[in-house]
Amino acid sequence: MWRDAVLVAGKDLAVERRSRVALNQVVPYALVVLLLFGFAFDQDRPLLVQAAPGLFWLAVLFSGLLAVQRSFAIEASDGAVDGLRLSGLEPAGIFVGKAAAVGLQLLVVEVLLTGGVVVLFHTRLEGAGLLITSALLSTAGVAGAGVAYGALSMGLRVRETLLPLLLAPVLAPVVLAATEAWRSALGLSSADGWRWSGLLGCFAAVYLAGGVLSFGALMEET
Amino acid sequence: MRNPQALSSSRLTRVLGWSALAALALNTWWGLWLSPPDVVQGQFVRMLYVHPAVATMCYAGFGLCTLASLAWLWPRLRSPRWDRLAVAGAEVGAVFCLATLVTGSIWGRASWGVWWTWDARLTLTAILFALSLGYLALRRAVDNPHSRALVSSMVALLMALTVVVDHYATSWWVTLHQNTTLFKQDPTVHGWQLATMLVSFIAFGLAFAWLVLHRYRLEVLEERYETEGLASALEARRSEATAPLDVRTGFEGDRGPSRAPAEAVSQ
Amino acid sequence: MVEIPVLAVRLRSVVALAGLYPLLAGVDLDVGPGQILAVKGPNGAGKTSLLRVMAGLLPVAAGEATVLGLEPTAQARELRRQVGLLGHRNGLYDDLSAEDNVRFCVRAARLPKTAIPVALDRLGLTERLRRLPVGKLSAGQRRRVALACLVARQPRLWLLDEPHAGLDADHRQLLDNLLREAVAEGATVVLATHEASVTALLANRVVTMSGGTVLDGTTVLDDGPVPDDAPVVDDGPGHEREGITSVA
Repeated sequence: MWRDAVLVAGKDLAVERRSRVALNQVVPYALVVLLLFGFAFDQDRPLLVQAAPGLFWLAVLFSGLLAVQRSFAIEASDGAVDGLRLSGLEPAGIFVGKAAAVGLQLLVVEVLLTGGVVVLFHTRLEGAGLLITSALLSTAGVAGAGVAYGALSMGLRVRETLLPLLLAPVLAPVVLAATEAWRSALGLSSADGWRWSGLLGCFAAVYLAGGVLSFGALMEET
Repeated sequence: MRNPQALSSSRLTRVLGWSALAALALNTWWGLWLSPPDVVQGQFVRMLYVHPAVATMCYAGFGLCTLASLAWLWPRLRSPRWDRLAVAGAEVGAVFCLATLVTGSIWGRASWGVWWTWDARLTLTAILFALSLGYLALRRAVDNPHSRALVSSMVALLMALTVVVDHYATSWWVTLHQNTTLFKQDPTVHGWQLATMLVSFIAFGLAFAWLVLHRYRLEVLEERYETEGLASALEARRSEATAPLDVRTGFEGDRGPSRAPAEAVSQ
Repeated sequence: MVEIPVLAVRLRSVVALAGLYPLLAGVDLDVGPGQILAVKGPNGAGKTSLLRVMAGLLPVAAGEATVLGLEPTAQARELRRQVGLLGHRNGLYDDLSAEDNVRFCVRAARLPKTAIPVALDRLGLTERLRRLPVGKLSAGQRRRVALACLVARQPRLWLLDEPHAGLDADHRQLLDNLLREAVAEGATVVLATHEASVTALLANRVVTMSGGTVLDGTTVLDDGPVPDDAPVVDDGPGHEREGITSVA
């Protein structure tokens, strides 16, 4: 399974490297979203500092939706889905590979968005350990849930609208927990950020395990 | 081949329906007139006779959906009846979920002047509602019955696990932000209030059962309609094969040694 | 080489559905090993669905099916490894080069990397063409890349849906040679086609599909033993009856 996962992740990242969709489209989209938040909050500086973690994770959520859509659009475009089914690759491996590719792209977006938040919302970075751990765990959760739900909407005509509807409520706890973890790390609240990271870990575990177990069946049925 | 009994009602549903109606009437009478207003909440306590029961039925519906989905996924137990039960539970649960949100909102507005509070349970219920809409939308998007059952049961399980995570997330989140009003949903009740509340549970419970049963039967009827439709669709599809022959030649079995293949096929 | 006269494909009253619509409405078909079977029929007859059932991609809703000795629905994953399907769409990744695409196919099938240049050469894909992103190639060139993936995997059963479409005369000849070579090495080929030249020059057996059924699927096998209960039907007049231009 790991061999297949590396192969699929490599393929997805190769497609990204050639087409540069994440770099040219998703990242600018995320940065523009941050700008729009700035406008919506009317440049209220103390408010922006307080709200920065939440806005950051919202921007990550929207970027995640785009990244997952893209991950499945490349399969759908020339009927490559049949190719995947016929390839003899293990479905669990395909799931892990795709989730890893989406996760890596999201991490790049997050790094750039962190820069954006520092500049636009005047955030001071501290508590690096907690920031990075919670970011890694939430990214794993977003990628896992995204690819799992992406698979089942893969063959459907209404994929573009159904996927956000399915994913957004599912990812709500990730936004919640990640925001709280970051608020704790940045000293904006007195909550226990590590407890929130634990919750993020649970969510990621549920969806990664669920995806591995069910991806085979989901790939067939659409 | 139209089945004359193409309705989802029966003696059981009629009994359930009438008793539900009677219990609801009793609930309304006791709730609005007989039981006294609360010392603290005044008249608004009467929401007690609607909201908790409705909320419980909402959880019952989703719980039913989750358990039925588990049963469907279990290889030895698999049967279409679990899938029908799952969709019945989800749809009825979604209706009660909306009712929970609305009654909760009204109660909040009446008691504390706000339509919404970021109370743990209300927030969780809102997320639950959104999840159920996604589940129902997904069911509509898949045509093949087996795929639909498989995909929705997996999604139901994933969503159930999400709800567990959400429960912790929202309750921790609310305790963090103590400045928002915490909604005390189970005030101490006794006497007439307790009795009326029990009646409300019975009434909405009966209504829930009635709705689930009808929805289940509706699903059975739809499946029957589809299978009958399938038989005639097969006929129509096969006739595409024989029709051109007749149209072109205008004769039956005139040319060639035998019509054996076409006959063998169109049994 | 297959010595025992076991059928490569055996279908009896196979029904396949898309939701409620019957794509296949009861198909009976026998395909012997080493045959090149051409499936003719009007649009909407079910040719593509037939190929997909044989690939194990479309579940069998009713009837019996055995492909390469396996049950296509229950043993789909094992079957798919031995089958190569070329559909209407090529199944390629537009942003990757031809070489990358074939490499992905080959490594996914756990075959050695040496198969890649061999397949690309066989399909006449020059160095320049190999490096371009597939999205920039012409339709015929993309078809050849898809065929290269297939050739590299060396499947036991080749399922091709109108493979000659979009290819010029030279490359059609190339494809025909490829298929004959594959059969000589023990593979079986089933192709769906509209074109009379294919059935004349390439196929050694032709069946017709209409209305989701195969009209003469269990007739005398050219390359195998005759089942005792097979009805004897003359292929010639049968084709004229459907109004399809005669083959010879």
